[in-house]
Amino acid sequence: MSKQKKPAKIGVYVCHCGTNISHTVDVEKVREWASKSLDGEGVVIARDYKFMCSSPGQELIENDIKELGLDRVVVAACSPHLHELTFRNASKRAGLNPYLTELASIREQVSWVHTDKEAATEKAKAVVTGAVERVIENEPLEELKVSIHPDTLVVGGGIAGIQAALEIANAGKKVWLVEREASIGGHMAQFDKTFPTLDCAACILTPRMFEAGNHPNIELMTWSEVTNVAGYVGNFSVTIKKKPRYLKEELCTGCRICVEKCPKKIVDQGYEAGIGYRKAIYTSSAQAVPKYPVIDTENCNFFQKGACKICEKSCPTNAIDYEQKEAFLTVEVGNIILATGYDLFDARKVSNYGYGRLPNVFTSIEFERMCNAAGPTSGDIVLRDGKTTPKTVGIIHCVGSRDRNYNNYCSNICCMQSLKFAHLVKERTGATVYDFYIDMRTPMKAYDEFYQRVLEEGTLFVRGKVAQVTDAARKASEEGKLMVQVEDTLIGKQRRIPVDMVILSIGMEPRHDAKETGKLFGIGCSANGWFTEKHTKLDPISTMTEGIFIAGTATGPKDIPTSVAQGSAAAARVLNMIMRGEVTLEPIKASVYQGQCSGCRICNSLCPFNAITFLEDRKVSEINPALCQGCGTCVAACPAGAISGTGFSNDQILAQIDGLLMDVTLADA
Amino acid sequence: MSDYIFYPGCAMESNAKAYYDSLMEIAQPLGINLQEIDDWNCCGATEYVGINLIPAYSLIARNLALAAKMGHKTIISPCSACYLNLAKADYYMAERPSLGEKVNEALAAGDLQYTPGSLDIRHLLDVLINDIGLDKLKEKVVRPLKGLKVAPYMGCMVPRPDYHNRWSDAEHPTELFDVLKAIGAEVVDFPGAATCCGGHMTQIGPETAYELIRRLISSAEKSKADIMVTVCPMCQLNVDAYQGETNSHFGTNYNMPIVFFSQLVGLALGFPPEKLGFGSEVTSTEKALAQIGVDIPESAIAEGKKRQQEGLPMPLCMRKTTTSESKHAEEAKA
Repeated sequence: MSKQKKPAKIGVYVCHCGTNISHTVDVEKVREWASKSLDGEGVVIARDYKFMCSSPGQELIENDIKELGLDRVVVAACSPHLHELTFRNASKRAGLNPYLTELASIREQVSWVHTDKEAATEKAKAVVTGAVERVIENEPLEELKVSIHPDTLVVGGGIAGIQAALEIANAGKKVWLVEREASIGGHMAQFDKTFPTLDCAACILTPRMFEAGNHPNIELMTWSEVTNVAGYVGNFSVTIKKKPRYLKEELCTGCRICVEKCPKKIVDQGYEAGIGYRKAIYTSSAQAVPKYPVIDTENCNFFQKGACKICEKSCPTNAIDYEQKEAFLTVEVGNIILATGYDLFDARKVSNYGYGRLPNVFTSIEFERMCNAAGPTSGDIVLRDGKTTPKTVGIIHCVGSRDRNYNNYCSNICCMQSLKFAHLVKERTGATVYDFYIDMRTPMKAYDEFYQRVLEEGTLFVRGKVAQVTDAARKASEEGKLMVQVEDTLIGKQRRIPVDMVILSIGMEPRHDAKETGKLFGIGCSANGWFTEKHTKLDPISTMTEGIFIAGTATGPKDIPTSVAQGSAAAARVLNMIMRGEVTLEPIKASVYQGQCSGCRICNSLCPFNAITFLEDRKVSEINPALCQGCGTCVAACPAGAISGTGFSNDQILAQIDGLLMDVTLADA
Repeated sequence: MSDYIFYPGCAMESNAKAYYDSLMEIAQPLGINLQEIDDWNCCGATEYVGINLIPAYSLIARNLALAAKMGHKTIISPCSACYLNLAKADYYMAERPSLGEKVNEALAAGDLQYTPGSLDIRHLLDVLINDIGLDKLKEKVVRPLKGLKVAPYMGCMVPRPDYHNRWSDAEHPTELFDVLKAIGAEVVDFPGAATCCGGHMTQIGPETAYELIRRLISSAEKSKADIMVTVCPMCQLNVDAYQGETNSHFGTNYNMPIVFFSQLVGLALGFPPEKLGFGSEVTSTEKALAQIGVDIPESAIAEGKKRQQEGLPMPLCMRKTTTSESKHAEEAKA
């Protein structure tokens, strides 16, 4: 505290947050500390209030600014993530530059993580002192304004991405819809029926696919991937790689004669989930959008052995082009929606269920294809031999989900999916169905009614986690059956139930490359690998990076209605940005003092937002203020100390540390 | 030649002598140099850990402490129970520092000390696959076991709990399968590969053990195996020596031999059966070995040892009183 400080008039406002803070922190003591012990630092008023973020709470602050002429404000409440903006706006309304208001987090970092009231109160005092010392060093800052480009990029053409693209396109704005696969539709296009209404998935999805594929405002880019993202909110510059289909789309009529004639038949691990076949030139299904086939070079006789060319010979419009190369194009967009979806859990990991070893153990996605009238069995439910109808079927919930060995979370859709399967098996085969569940979770609209219906249909429910599925018979009556070993927790007994077929309800997992995707777009993933929302409840479709939105199962397991709603919600946020035309950026930015920069370029590669460029001619680095998100990484990394940040200058940080380390026990008399 | 610390364990000196003998034969050609721990002691088998933790872990850790002074990092334990015990002690001494401290306090009485993590505790099968390698094993095969149908029985204690991710899978490990394939045997589908043989239930709840043994043998029979192959002295003992009791309990007529994998590896490497402990088993391997033209000489077949009566007779074991005796007792009471 030896440093000559600027004289300041500071108001300190301590929030109870109902009992969230006051339960663990003695709020009155913190207020008293601020008013009695920090008056030397310039604190002229300290107040506490039950809900500082409520209207009356904010008015307290505004009135004090106006009447006492405060020139600095510290609010001791929740995390800046939640309410920094709220209190900065309050200051702004009262005529104070918003960047002269600091939020001291005594909820997330104190009351929510401690139980010892006395120690927590001491810590809260220290945190408040740190914020007071820091705010003295704060400078008034002016916000930047940037314009918003009216085009939007949607990544992922599943139901969430399609929905988002259609909403924006129907509002008259242009959308680039980029899909990695050859057709849009995502996982939903593989399904047979959808719970709880038993609508056919194709019947409700294909019209949307068609609409998206033919919309004048949608530039559909299938078989394409985003490879680079530069720029910032309102002004992204995105590079898209268009993989070669090996045919000229402008000539192809989608007649599929090439597909029929192709002599190479292979197991389709994609759309048909490994229980059906496709050709080396193929479309995922007859309903594919766009209708153009793709050549799978790994399995094509011509690409592998140099001979065949039957597709070229049979094409009536000469559309086949073996020479086609990948193409790159760069598009300018203002906002980006990521609807990149999910991967399925690999059931082979749960080796005690025998998937991959025991032929008549199927996964839920295999079963979806089996039920589908357009699938490999034309909708017949049969064993792996392709002809025998099972007389007894066991369905196992939570495979890979809610299990500390695999994924600890609930996959949200498996209960309803399993119930749907139970109904379909009963309806189509009349087989006895055993449904093995841990807990039955049917909380959405009309879901529990569907559960009641399946109960009434006579499916036999066994509450217990299945230990093992085995073909090792213990007695003659078990020969040739799959034995399901399970503890029935409702009767408290071990049971061995013989079945002909087992269906594993496999859970959802983040995309295997979700982390790389997150890095590409500058957003984070949770510990489980799902994209992280800005706020799980109040802002579930925004991210920490302005202008990047997320929708659908990319943020966690969810059902179709929720994915659709999120697609629409993300579109609404984007349209809101477009309508505003410009957006203000936080002025919390780093900048390089070029006289001190040695051009070592350490900061260049560290910046998570690619905001730093190296000026070759002058051999110094420069930070683009529009790209900089003020994270401070470069400031900490610069060996010459040439980078400093507005809003987090060395003076501010050191003053805050001084405050944090001040002996706060003094005034406790 | 690679040097390894060798912890045989008690079974290798008695009921699993065949395991020891065959290992001693195949070690040389495979380039395994075994250096036995001097003055090792019993690991406490499967029981002691369940009775009293600190003494049990001290008993195990004494071997680890002696081994750690030998200058190599890797210790081979062919017996599954020993392997699991050594691995357990090493793991939990680190995981629960208070346990580690107490065990070291006990070891200090004998001027010993063990720092958890200072040894790599490996099962023989794991060393054979991952250090020696299946390619080298294949190279050394002079008599492929073509035509011998084997059921690979790994047992329950090796692949679980697998503290250091050394095994392919807990429920369906493939290691034994791979080794037997490499020596030319025909490996049958054996779903019970990692299930329990009953362990010491033969002593405390024989009916449970008989049922577990029956499941294993019937499964091997069903897959038309000539012989079962194991990596564990306990498994070998239960399936082999208790096969008679199991048969009389269920009225079955099983005749399924079971041997150690090192014995079959020895055969494939060209050693004569009498050097590999064949003939010491209770359920004869004669018929199975005839499939590959191997004959066990008469001399190798163990004769029932006679108990030598020396000194004073022992008191009788405590037994459940028979019904007639208890009736007497009740009458006497009345």
